[in-house]
Amino acid sequence: MPDYYEPTETGVQEWPYPVDYGRENEVTTDVLIIGGGVAGCHAAINAAKRGTRVVVVEKGATKRSGSSGAGVDHWGVAFTNPCSSITPDEIVERAFTNRGAVISYHNGIFRYITVKESWDALLDCENMGLQFRDVDDEFAGAPFRDEKTKILFAYDYGGKTTIRVRGGAKIKPILYKELKRLGVGIYDRVMATALLTERGKQGARVVGATGVNIRTGEFYVFKAKATVLSTAMSSAGVWMFSTELAGSAIQNDDPNNVGDGSVMAWNAGAECTLMERSGGPVSGPFHWPRFGVGSPTNTWYPCSIVDANGKEVPWVDSEGNVLKTVAERTRDWREAQLTPDLEDLIKQGEYVLPLYADLPSMPEHERRAIFGLMVGNEGKTRVPVYEAYTRAGFDPNKDMLQAPIVPVEAGGEGLGNPVWRHGGGGAVVVDWDLRTSLEGLYAAGNQIAGVGAGGHPGAAATGRYAGRKAAAYALTAGSPVANRAQIDAEKTRVYQRVGGAGDIGWKELHAGITRIMQIYCGEYKSERMLKMGLWWLNSIGQSEAARTYVRNPHELVRYLECLTRITFSEMIIQASLARKASSRALGFKRVDYPQRDPPEWNKYVTLKLSEGEVKTGELPPEYWLLPPFAPTYRENYEKHCGLDSGNGSSQR
Amino acid sequence: MEKKVYMAPNPATPCISVRINSELCIRCNICADQCRMDVMVHNPKKGEPPIVLYPDECWFCGTCVEECPVPGAIWMEHPLNQRVGWKRKETRELFRVGMKDPPPPYTRPPVG
Repeated sequence: MPDYYEPTETGVQEWPYPVDYGRENEVTTDVLIIGGGVAGCHAAINAAKRGTRVVVVEKGATKRSGSSGAGVDHWGVAFTNPCSSITPDEIVERAFTNRGAVISYHNGIFRYITVKESWDALLDCENMGLQFRDVDDEFAGAPFRDEKTKILFAYDYGGKTTIRVRGGAKIKPILYKELKRLGVGIYDRVMATALLTERGKQGARVVGATGVNIRTGEFYVFKAKATVLSTAMSSAGVWMFSTELAGSAIQNDDPNNVGDGSVMAWNAGAECTLMERSGGPVSGPFHWPRFGVGSPTNTWYPCSIVDANGKEVPWVDSEGNVLKTVAERTRDWREAQLTPDLEDLIKQGEYVLPLYADLPSMPEHERRAIFGLMVGNEGKTRVPVYEAYTRAGFDPNKDMLQAPIVPVEAGGEGLGNPVWRHGGGGAVVVDWDLRTSLEGLYAAGNQIAGVGAGGHPGAAATGRYAGRKAAAYALTAGSPVANRAQIDAEKTRVYQRVGGAGDIGWKELHAGITRIMQIYCGEYKSERMLKMGLWWLNSIGQSEAARTYVRNPHELVRYLECLTRITFSEMIIQASLARKASSRALGFKRVDYPQRDPPEWNKYVTLKLSEGEVKTGELPPEYWLLPPFAPTYRENYEKHCGLDSGNGSSQR
Repeated sequence: MEKKVYMAPNPATPCISVRINSELCIRCNICADQCRMDVMVHNPKKGEPPIVLYPDECWFCGTCVEECPVPGAIWMEHPLNQRVGWKRKETRELFRVGMKDPPPPYTRPPVG
């Protein structure tokens, strides 16, 4: 019987940690990092190396938390590695330029910084102790290995811009050790709840944050000259919640990723954009564990897939030409895919279910690279897949793992209800300093608007950049003065349910919020339904949220996360109301404004709170190349990057 | 049949995310302290292994197993609706995670 039954049979047990709700702990520092994931750790390391005092506040445990805390299998965008076939400026020419009339709503600042510093961030990790190269020559002679540098490449063996990260499962503990070495103050199990601003005023300089401890319920006041938001983007958790599906790929995102950073920035008056973008529908009765079946699109690339009778499913290029050999599949990753009409071919009886990932047929180097290196180091697969499956007897040399029909990334294996959506990377607007619209507040990683899932290299690259910029600001900024009334108001908000009577649990509250979003802010949106969604959110805020019970500090934090989700959902709806046009690039469908991407709506719609009111604004496409910024990526980067050489890629 | 029968709330659907072998566990609480979700909490009874209190909040990241200093003291188990199967290519035998009389483990460690 599971442990957690025990309390019900032996009597309720006392909470195992000392509880002291509201007890105030005050911490003063130069640079405060909110979120101790990959972006936050790189930010902390770079700020500390520039001579500032640094504090990290993290809801989980910094050693292993964050979206990449469990590991990473590949390191992309490494355009400055010594083997790369393409330079950063070439990639700008090829991929960054908006072609055609419709903008793609990416974030050029984030992308360029990542292109310039991805490889440097990996070298940083190597200097901290990560051995990502094939130092023991296990893959000597493999077509994806550079014999001189011993770098192992993934996907596109000709281009050599994505690196297989041998030992990638150990990156987070290595970063953590470096934080300790540099004397960074680490406050684990503290959920940051609000940003503090000068005079407590919305839109003023950010001077720190408040927090609450998930074990003790104690309160924290962090005073800082500069603050870096390296909180994650929100998970799909505003549209979907199901503990029935725990362990499945539907939980792509860390459950800690509830949008805390965006909501804190919003409440402080920071400008946000792209909140209306969403993806999906994500359908399927349920998903398998993340990369826990032989999905060949990512971690399992380029594994052969066979049907129940051993007939191989063809790989094709973008023009439909069959790629017969494994070598042909790895010439250009973006060109090669399983035949896109696979579903139809299955319905016609051409291929017989189930499908299998045919590891035994792969060349030995590929088999070991796919299962031993990629699955063996990717977050959420080293233990839950590699360790758990091999313990159960799975032998990659002999066995064919059952494979999905539809890639996991495209919505899982099955077709059918329920249908959910996920967020699309809406967050805070930044400039070339990665500063938000608020003085003293910087952003890194997926907290930057337009990033979506920026991946491990993007988090690392913008983390180190934001750390430099926040430190530079902190070294010249005045002392932070927190406003007592703002702190007291936040304490009242945080503890409002402690000790109160209640009949609604946080899980029911969470499920209720997702239902509102499914109904009123689903795939097809209209002004009437969106406004009804706002009415519902406001109403449950007054009613059920005010009847939610909080029995210990853990439930307190889960309840506070629901309040975050209510505000985050309101931000999405406000942004959806503000964009009065449908957009293919944004996955945005207004039934009352069905025309897709009309030219006058090719722009970023921005929203912020000012004196409690929602103010909308706009930014033109590629605003980062228009005044007050310079007209080219290179000029902006060299002016702002904060490196003496004006070039992040000095370590070639 | 002397054991008392108790009322009990329904279990969470994924009843178990991680299992702890209390004979091997050295009560260091590293697993509980590195868990991002507090799936495990310290045992109020001093000297006892952590309690898996919130299995339904587990993200199945597996870092509790990674960080455990004692091999075999803690391991992950996906809930039944997440267990997957495979076919041995040569013999066409079917296997799955969680089956009775499983094949012997494959013991080669991952790369790095």
